[in-house]
Amino acid sequence: MTALLEVKGLKVQVEDNEILHGLDLTVNEGEIHAIMGPNGSGKSTLSHVIAGKPGYDVTGGEVLFRGEDLLEMEPNERAAKGVFLAFQYPMEIPGVATMTFLRTALNAQRKARGESEFSTPEFLKKVKEASARLSIPQEMLKRGVNVGFSGGEKKRNEVLQMALFEPSLCILDEMDSGLDIDALRIAADGVNALRGKNRSMIVITHYQRLLNYIIPDVVHVMSKGRVVKSGGKDLALELEKSGYAQFEDKAA
Amino acid sequence: MNVALVKSMEQPYGELFAEVRNRLPGDRLVASARKAAFDDFATRGLPHRRIEEWKYTDLRALLHAVAPLAPPPEKEARALAAKAAAALGIDHACRLTLVDGAFAPELSDLATLEKGVHVQTLSEALGEGHADLLKTKIASDAMISLNGALATDGVIVTVDDNTSLSRPLHIAHVATASSASMVTRSHVRIGDQARVTLVESFVGARDAAAYQVYDQVEVSVGDDTELQHVRLMEDARDASNITTAAFRLGARTKLNSFGLTQGAAVSRYQGFITFAGEGSELSTNGVNLLGSRRHGDTTLVVDHAVPNCTSREVFRAVLDDQSHSVFQGRIIVRHGAQKTDGKMMTRALLLSDECEADNKPELEIFADDVACGHGATAGAIDEELLFYLRARGLPEKEAQSLLIAAFVGEAIESIADEGLRNIATATAERWLAARG
Repeated sequence: MTALLEVKGLKVQVEDNEILHGLDLTVNEGEIHAIMGPNGSGKSTLSHVIAGKPGYDVTGGEVLFRGEDLLEMEPNERAAKGVFLAFQYPMEIPGVATMTFLRTALNAQRKARGESEFSTPEFLKKVKEASARLSIPQEMLKRGVNVGFSGGEKKRNEVLQMALFEPSLCILDEMDSGLDIDALRIAADGVNALRGKNRSMIVITHYQRLLNYIIPDVVHVMSKGRVVKSGGKDLALELEKSGYAQFEDKAA
Repeated sequence: MNVALVKSMEQPYGELFAEVRNRLPGDRLVASARKAAFDDFATRGLPHRRIEEWKYTDLRALLHAVAPLAPPPEKEARALAAKAAAALGIDHACRLTLVDGAFAPELSDLATLEKGVHVQTLSEALGEGHADLLKTKIASDAMISLNGALATDGVIVTVDDNTSLSRPLHIAHVATASSASMVTRSHVRIGDQARVTLVESFVGARDAAAYQVYDQVEVSVGDDTELQHVRLMEDARDASNITTAAFRLGARTKLNSFGLTQGAAVSRYQGFITFAGEGSELSTNGVNLLGSRRHGDTTLVVDHAVPNCTSREVFRAVLDDQSHSVFQGRIIVRHGAQKTDGKMMTRALLLSDECEADNKPELEIFADDVACGHGATAGAIDEELLFYLRARGLPEKEAQSLLIAAFVGEAIESIADEGLRNIATATAERWLAARG
């Protein structure tokens, strides 16, 4: 198996406060990894650092993507290489039509990879197909990005972007937060449709519930800035029963 | 105040007027109105920071002096002007063009005026002795007096009652001269139950530099009339543009006004809007796009003289480098103007550490059953938004441009006419492209 993402001994600080204390994680091509853990364990920090969000100070370790140093790249370069972060709270951008945003982003990525830009009919066809699968009405795509969208619509819009950009690594940051069970099912179905041997995923979640819909190959438990236990999908069920307390003691 | 300084300021102005007074259009009555206006200007001199209304826009420091009047345009200048006027791309409008302060009939669509529209030039009307056209009742300051003294030409447009225009009326100002002043004054009189779109544009022809535009436009809007007003100012980067606009609104009117400033080194747009009839609605959207060391001032005075009117003012500024944007908004609610609903909001997007945005809201309320308010925000581009776009593959500069375009686009959306909306968008995009 080929490693897609290798996180080795990653240490990260925010304003002199160390959040990740030497984290190791390897995700192979085509694998779905779930990362679970209590609030404040560093799950979102890890996703932000992989995507390149400013404000985090990497003080040790490395992050390799197909063997390349990811931390040296701008966020847009990482996106063009195939890293996609589905935001826990997708941003609202008034004044930028969703369609314009999708097209600008897709073409920016293609341009960075030296590929030709999509023609308008090609692009419209792609969006139409992908949005139909996710039950996203065309009218929504004319509105400002995420403006006036419900929580479920925002998450579906993130999945729509995943479908269009065809990334090789998807990081889903608390995709289940703020979603009712129906909205969760639609979003999860959208994600499952994108599973494939050329696409890996890191599913970050607080609750086991999401993993009933997106079934992981590997489950990691994070506590206090480290991965403290890894196992198969049954580990998630075990956690649901016994809680995180046992791991918090272990990490301390 | 330093008396010696005032004297030394007066002298060049005396010469400025003496040189041109005999070639300015108008009969004896007009000439004496000009003289009175000029005397008032010479007494006041260019406005400076100790005059409250001009506190942030000190013309003595920014302009130093008023340049001599531009000569009437020659054939070559008119050819250059034709190109510059066409470059704006407002093809669907009925155009009335002023070149270097003179009406240019060959660049105007007089032959295809719609039914119910009548056009006369200011110089003709002054020749007929209409001295009142140079007098302003709505406000008084040195620049209004200067305009009354020196206005060379302009258009007087009348739209009859019950006239719904299918094409926008476009007053196009083009400068071709350099280091010269262009002083214009127009009147637009719209009757009752009419629907009109009025566009004003300001551009410089190729090679026109360091010119000074002094324009004044007075618009009266009849009862039950809807007016969409769009103003695009894209003068040369080292030019100046000082404009006074006055709108008088009848009963049950709708005025939707959009202004975009993206040119000139120094500019001031002062708008005076008076509600003279009940049940009227005003919506204004202003945008300043400034960079390098440019200075842009938008000053609006909204006068609720009667009850039951609504005013909404939204002003946006995007500032880069060492630029300086000023917004002054005054809402006056007169005695008895009950049920007035007046609000203004200013938002500034600061792209550098050295730019400056000044914001002065003033509410003068003399009635007790009103809803008035103002708000202001100023800040850098939202880092979270920027990251979201970058995480989707947009390089930083491109992500910034998209967010700036969105910020401006929210204002541009207020323009009802699709063609004009596209032209306003293109004007804003030129600013973004120049930013690199």
